Amino acid sequence: MTPLTSYLLVAALLFSIGLAGALTRRNAILVLIGIELMLNAANLNLIAFWRYGPHPELLTGMMFAIFSIAVAAAEAAVGLGLVIQIHRHAKTTDLDQMNRMKG
Amino acid sequence: MQETISFTPQLAASPIAEILWLIPAVPMVAAGIAALLMQAKRKTSATLAIGSISVSLLLSLMAFAHVLAGWLHGQAVRETVSFTWIQVGSANIDLGWVLDPLSAVMLAMVSFVGLLIFIYSVGYIKHDESFTRFFCFMSLFAGAMLGVVISNSILLLFMCWELVGLTSYLLIGFWYQRPAAAAAAKKAFLTTRIGDVFFLLGMVWLFAQTGTLVFYQSGGGALEPAALAVLLSQHAGLGLTAAGAIGLLIFAGAAGKSGQFPLHVWLPDAMEGPTPVSALIHAATMVAAGVYLIARVYPLMAAGALAGGTTTALTVVTWVGAFTAVFAALIAVAQNDIKRILAYSTVSQLGYMMAGLGMGGVAVGMFHLITHAFFKALLFLGAGSVIHGCQGEQDVRRMGGLKSDMPLTFLTYAIGMLALCGFPLIFSGFWSKDGILEAAQHWSVAKTPFYMLVFGALLTAFYMTRQVVYVFGGHWRGGKPAHESPAVMLVPLGILAFFAMVLGFIGTPAWPWFSAFIDGRVAGFAWRGFMESGLLMLMGASTLVVFLGLGLGWKLYGDRSPKPSEPDALERMIPPVWAALRDKLYVDELYGVTVIAFYGWWARVADWLDRQVWGGVVAGVAWGFGLGAQLNRFLDTNVVDGVFDKGCDELSVGGGLLARMQTGRVQTYLRILALAVVVLAAILFWSSRA
Amino acid sequence: MSFVSYILAALTVAGGLAAMLLKNTVHCALALTVAFAGLALLFLNLDAQFAGFAQILVYIGAVAILVVFAILLTRGSETPRDGVFSKSWPLGLVIAAGVFAVLGWAAIGSARVLPHETAAPTVTVLQIGNALVSRYVLPLEIVAVLLTAAMIGAVIVAMHEKEGQK
Repeated sequence: MTPLTSYLLVAALLFSIGLAGALTRRNAILVLIGIELMLNAANLNLIAFWRYGPHPELLTGMMFAIFSIAVAAAEAAVGLGLVIQIHRHAKTTDLDQMNRMKG
Repeated sequence: MQETISFTPQLAASPIAEILWLIPAVPMVAAGIAALLMQAKRKTSATLAIGSISVSLLLSLMAFAHVLAGWLHGQAVRETVSFTWIQVGSANIDLGWVLDPLSAVMLAMVSFVGLLIFIYSVGYIKHDESFTRFFCFMSLFAGAMLGVVISNSILLLFMCWELVGLTSYLLIGFWYQRPAAAAAAKKAFLTTRIGDVFFLLGMVWLFAQTGTLVFYQSGGGALEPAALAVLLSQHAGLGLTAAGAIGLLIFAGAAGKSGQFPLHVWLPDAMEGPTPVSALIHAATMVAAGVYLIARVYPLMAAGALAGGTTTALTVVTWVGAFTAVFAALIAVAQNDIKRILAYSTVSQLGYMMAGLGMGGVAVGMFHLITHAFFKALLFLGAGSVIHGCQGEQDVRRMGGLKSDMPLTFLTYAIGMLALCGFPLIFSGFWSKDGILEAAQHWSVAKTPFYMLVFGALLTAFYMTRQVVYVFGGHWRGGKPAHESPAVMLVPLGILAFFAMVLGFIGTPAWPWFSAFIDGRVAGFAWRGFMESGLLMLMGASTLVVFLGLGLGWKLYGDRSPKPSEPDALERMIPPVWAALRDKLYVDELYGVTVIAFYGWWARVADWLDRQVWGGVVAGVAWGFGLGAQLNRFLDTNVVDGVFDKGCDELSVGGGLLARMQTGRVQTYLRILALAVVVLAAILFWSSRA
Repeated sequence: MSFVSYILAALTVAGGLAAMLLKNTVHCALALTVAFAGLALLFLNLDAQFAGFAQILVYIGAVAILVVFAILLTRGSETPRDGVFSKSWPLGLVIAAGVFAVLGWAAIGSARVLPHETAAPTVTVLQIGNALVSRYVLPLEIVAVLLTAAMIGAVIVAMHEKEGQK
C-alpha cells in the first residue's frame, strides 16, 4: 500500500469517527467537535494529495488546506455563538429535545 | 293590306330601357320605408306611396313615348336588358326586362290607374287606424305588378307573380280581425297557388327543353323561333307538342290568377278587402296579370298554328274563357251585394279577355284588358263611394234613390256601367268587346263561343241595369240618409270616367291604332275599315243585344224599389234557377265536399303521424337521454367521486407518513444527508470504476 | 508510510475517538486538542510545514479554546441524566460505518491510479506568500471578507438576546 493510500485511509477513518460523533452525541457542542474533526480529515486528504500528487510546486493542495483552516475557524466561531444563543433560549444543549420544527 | 314592320333585333338598349327597372323598384322601396314607419305617420306613408307611383307613372310614360316614337318612325321597338343571376353548371339563369309595345301600354295603364286609386284611397281609408299599413302594402303591390309587366325572364315574372299574390293576400285580409276577411285571404292565396303549381311545372319544362328562361334574347330567347322550333319538335302525349303542353300549364297558372273556371272561387270572396283594393287588384291589374301572361307568352301558345288556323292551347283558352264569361254572368244576376255583383262581372269579363286572346290574338285581348281596367276600376271606386256614403251598407236592396243624394257618383257610375255593357260608340267597352265578338265570329274551330259571348253580353247589360236601378233608382230603403263623397274620391272617378269613354277610339276598325301598335304594323285612319265583311252587321247585332238587356232589366226592376224582405222580381219568375244562381251554382260546396274534405283528412293523418310517430320518436330519444344522464350521474357520484375521494384520502395518509420524516431534530437530518451522500458516492465510484 | 507516520496517525485517531466517546464534555474538548496536535505533526511529516504551523495556531490556539469557552458557558461540564448518546445512536453508527466503507473502498480501489512516492517538495514561505497575492489573491480577499462577516455575525448572534432582555 502506498503512503498516499494509507494517508487516505487514515483520513477516512478520522472522517467517519467525526461523522459518527456528530450523528450520535446529544450535546450540540460535541456535534460541532465532530464537524471539526471531519474538516480536519478533509485537510489531511488535501495535504496528502498535494504531497504525493503531480506538480506540488503549484501549491494547490496547500493553499486549499490553508483556506480551509481559515474558513473552519470562522465557522467554528459562528457555530459556537449559535450554540450559546440556543442554550440561552432553551436552557439546554440537548439536541434530542430540540424538535420545535417537527412536521 | 297593312304593312308589317318587324321588331328590331336587340340593339343597345336606349337610356329609358336601361332604367326601366326603376319603375317597379321605386314603389317597392317606398313600401320598404313605409313598413318601418309608425302607424301615426299617415301623411308620410300616403306621400311615399303616391309619390313613388307618380315617379313610376312618369317613367312609364317616358317609356311609352319612346316606344311610340319608334313606332311612328316605322320601327317596332323591343329592347331588352338581361343579366345573369345564377350560373348552374353550364346553364345560365338570366333575369331581365323588356320594353316593347305590350309592356309599354301595360306599364302606362297600371301606373296611371294605380295613381288614381291611391289618391282615392287617401279619402276612403282616412278613418281606418291601419292607414300606413295599407299604403305600404299597396306600394308593394304596385311594385310587384309593374315587375310582372316589364319582366323578360319567366322566372322574374314568376317571382313578381308570387309577390303580387302575397300582397293580394295581405290586402284582402287587411281587416284581419274579421274572420270572414281572414278566411277569404287564405282562400285566395291557396286557390291561386294551385294554378301557380302548374305554372311552375310549365316553367321548369320550358327551361329543360330550351335551356333558357328569358323571353327575348337576340334570337336565343324562349319565345324566339329557334326555341319554339325545339319545343314544337317534342311530343308530349295527348296529341300535344311540348309547346302546347307548356302553354297549357302556363294557362293553368293564369287561370288561377285571373279567376277562370274552376279556379274562380276566390275572387268574389276577395271582396272582403277594402274597396280600393278590390278596384286595383281584383279588377284592373292583378287579375289582368293572367291575361297579360298569356299575351306575353302568346308566341308559345300560337306556335305551330297553320296559317289561319289555331293551336290546341289557344282552343282550350278560348273555351275556358267563353264558359267562364257565361258562368259568371249568370251568377252575377242573382247577387245582392254591390261588390259581389261587380266581382262576378270581373270574372265574366276576364273570360271575355281570355276568349279574345284565344280567338283574336294579343291585340284583341289586350285592348279589352286596357278598357276594362278603366271602367271596372271606375265601377269599383264608384261602389266604394256608394258604400262610404251609405256608412258601410253593401246590400243593394237597402240602397236606392242615390241619384239625387250622390249625383256625381251616379254620373260616373252610369258612365262606367254603360262602358261595361258595351253601349255603342261613345263608350270604350263597345269597341273592345266588339273586337272580341268579331274575332269569335271568324273563328275557324266553332261558332259556339260566339253565341256564348253574345249571351254573356245580354246578361251583362241585364245585371248591371238591375244593380244601377237598385242602387240609384227608386227611393231610399236604408237606415241613415246617404251623403256624397269628398272631392279626393270624386276626382279620380271623373278622370276614370273620361278615359272609359275616350279610350275606345284608339281601337276602332276605322283607326285600329292599338292592334297596329301592339303587333308592330302601320295603321292609318280610314273609314273604309268599317266596310269589312259583316262588321257593321256585327256592330248592329251587339247594339241590339245591349239594348235588349237594358230593356229587360228596366222592365223587371224599373223604379219599383222592392223592400229587402220581398223576393226579387226574377226570383218570382223562376225560383229554383234563382236559388241556384244566388248560391253561386254550388261550386264552393262542391269543393268543400271533395278537395277540402280530402285535405282535411290528410291533415288529420299528418297530425296523428306527427304526434304519435314522430312525437314518439322524439320522446323516446329524450327518454334515452334521460337514462344516459342518470347513468352518468351514477358513475360520477360513485365511481369518479369515490376514486377521487379515496385517492385524496390516500394522499393524506401518505402525507402523514412522509411528515414523520420531519422530526424537527437536526441529527435526523444529518443522518439522512450522510446516507444520501454515501449512496451518491457509491454510485459515482461504481460507475467510474467500470 | 514510515513508522513515525503510523504513530502519529494512531495518536490522531485515538484523540478523535476519545473526543467522541468520553462522557465529560471538557475531556472531549481536550481530546480534540490532542487530535489537532496529532494532525499538525502529520502535516509536518508531510513536508507541509506552513500548513502544520497554521494548524497549530488556528485550531489549537483558537478553535479549541473557543470550544472550551462554549462548553463552560453552556454548563456542558455537567453530565446529562439520560446519557450522552442519542436514543437512536446505532443508526448513526451504521451510517458512519457506511461512509467509511465507501471512502475506504474508493481509496483502496483506486490505488492503481494514484501516484507513488515522489521527492519531497521544498516549499518556502516566500513562495506561499507570492502565491497568495498573485494566483490566489481572489480567494484571499474573499476569505478576508468571510472572516470579517463571521466575526461581525458571531458578535451579533451572541449579542441579540442580551439587548432584548434589557
